[in-house]
Amino acid sequence: MWIYERKLEYPVRVSGPNPKLAKVIITQYGGPDGELAASLRYLTQRYSMPTSQAKGLLTDIGTEELAHMEIVASIVYNLIKDAPIAQIKAAGLDGYYADHDRSVYFVNGDGVPLDCFLYPIQGRPYYRFA
Amino acid sequence: MDPNQQALLLEIMELEFTAIDLNLFLDTHPDEKRALVLFDQINQELTMAVERYEQMYGPLTASGQVPGRDHWDWVEGPWPWEQTF
Repeated sequence: MWIYERKLEYPVRVSGPNPKLAKVIITQYGGPDGELAASLRYLTQRYSMPTSQAKGLLTDIGTEELAHMEIVASIVYNLIKDAPIAQIKAAGLDGYYADHDRSVYFVNGDGVPLDCFLYPIQGRPYYRFA
Repeated sequence: MDPNQQALLLEIMELEFTAIDLNLFLDTHPDEKRALVLFDQINQELTMAVERYEQMYGPLTASGQVPGRDHWDWVEGPWPWEQTF
């Protein structure tokens, strides 16, 4: 299980709206190597790791990735929350806006949503890591 | 946010960041004495800082609410993504 703490792992400072920057940073939330993808990979692969140490390590790293996910989401949220529509359009986020308004959503920089299809989760992980 | 609250929250963030890194290090170096000592020390400081924070500014976890209160503080804002530093 997990227990939530009402604080970010690392403080976030956003001085004002910048949807153009949000469009780039959002891939670190929902892109192929983003924090969500990373946390899901670690926390899913851990079940079949061959040693106790590896199970523990992936549990702890995967947990930390969830905290990273919240940091990145906080940055994106603050970059788009007060952005005028004209800025959102100019940043190429108009399609994103039509679907999600000013919410945070797990997409890469081109608006492609997270896809778990190719995650290399294995019962015998050393085959993949070799 | 009140500057004193912010300073204490940043102190907690620093301590916990240190604890997390030591935790990950110790996962692969479980007999490293210096790291073991430092982890215990940081954790003790962290526990004290969190206790101080929760008494003055509200809970960081649901179970961190001050005992004997007549109100559920947990869901009061601002939430972490609503604070910028």
